[in-house]
Amino acid sequence: MTTDNNQTPPGGSARSRKGWPLWEVFIRARRGLSHQHVGSLHAPDAEMALRNARDVYTRRGEGVSIWIVPSSAITASSPDEKDPFFDPAMDKAYRHPTFYDVPEGVSHL
Amino acid sequence: MTAASLSRQPLDSADIDQADIDQADIDQADIDQIALASYVLGLGDDTLILAQRLGEWITRAPQIEEDIALGNIALDLLGQARTLLSYAGELEGKVTGTSRGEDDLAFLRDEREFRNVHLVEIENGDFAVTMARQLIFSAYQYELYTAMLTSTDPTLSALAAKAVKEVAYHRDHATQWVLRLGDGTPESHDRMQAALDQVWPYVEEIFDTADTADILTALPGVAADPAALRPAWSRYVEAVITTATLSLPAPTWRSRGGRAGYHSENLGHLLPDMQNLHRSHPGASW
Repeated sequence: MTTDNNQTPPGGSARSRKGWPLWEVFIRARRGLSHQHVGSLHAPDAEMALRNARDVYTRRGEGVSIWIVPSSAITASSPDEKDPFFDPAMDKAYRHPTFYDVPEGVSHL
Repeated sequence: MTAASLSRQPLDSADIDQADIDQADIDQADIDQIALASYVLGLGDDTLILAQRLGEWITRAPQIEEDIALGNIALDLLGQARTLLSYAGELEGKVTGTSRGEDDLAFLRDEREFRNVHLVEIENGDFAVTMARQLIFSAYQYELYTAMLTSTDPTLSALAAKAVKEVAYHRDHATQWVLRLGDGTPESHDRMQAALDQVWPYVEEIFDTADTADILTALPGVAADPAALRPAWSRYVEAVITTATLSLPAPTWRSRGGRAGYHSENLGHLLPDMQNLHRSHPGASW
């Protein structure tokens, strides 16, 4: 193992660690539900990310389907834009479905 | 000769014949139980020792994701070991009258009593060596459990049905890494090739029936003959190696004797690590 270390260039492990891209993991818990974001992980490529996600996030039978998305592919709203993005919806109570009764027996609504 | 003795003669010989047959039946049944116990013990020891080896990677794997993956594989193997060792102990008990539990077999046997092949006891080496060993072993286990699905022994066929899915994943995991390391950078290629060269001398022993021929003969329809698993194993493993731009090693020596209890120095170092707690605190539990 010491000879292995000698072959690694200085800072090599940190660099390779950095070289592994980040992936976002989405898992569908059951048929009929939609995929939910559960977390992220590092992996060298999408196929390995899928397998890592299986090991990290479905150890206790959490899922029946996994999606992997490169974190870099996600366009996110900025915290700075929070007010113009979300505040205007706050005082429009008529948009909330509170003015009618949900029929019995409807789940996952 | 009197009439009385004449009339008794056939009766006596019939009794003796019947007794002989009963005796032979019991002996044959015992022999079958012993053969089955011995066969199951070998399979159980393979999985137990490799689970222990893989567990050594915990906190030492290249990434936390891989740490968890190796731990998962180790736990799958440990689960198989528990079923197999419990069953071996139970079978042994039917013949000897005192059965040993899974813990007795795992923690209270010494080196010469273990029946695992040498492949599973070799040191982890670098990550490439661990993956080369895993590819060889998981591909073998995949063929083993696939064949065992149709075993006439209900315990073994039930274990196979559960375990074949587990080892299909182990095999895939090792395959993915051998492909990436073999067909990666010049350094990863060289180290993956070196790893294959290092573990290949242990392949022959897995499929060798020299030490287990009597056991396999006694268990038709129950045990899977390892020699018969080899063609499918070779097809799979060789395809991975070729796709990974690696070459099939041609070793100049081979291991042997694990199934007869002859082991390398490696097992002697592994066992105290695995057994110390149980031997120091008998019956300790969580």
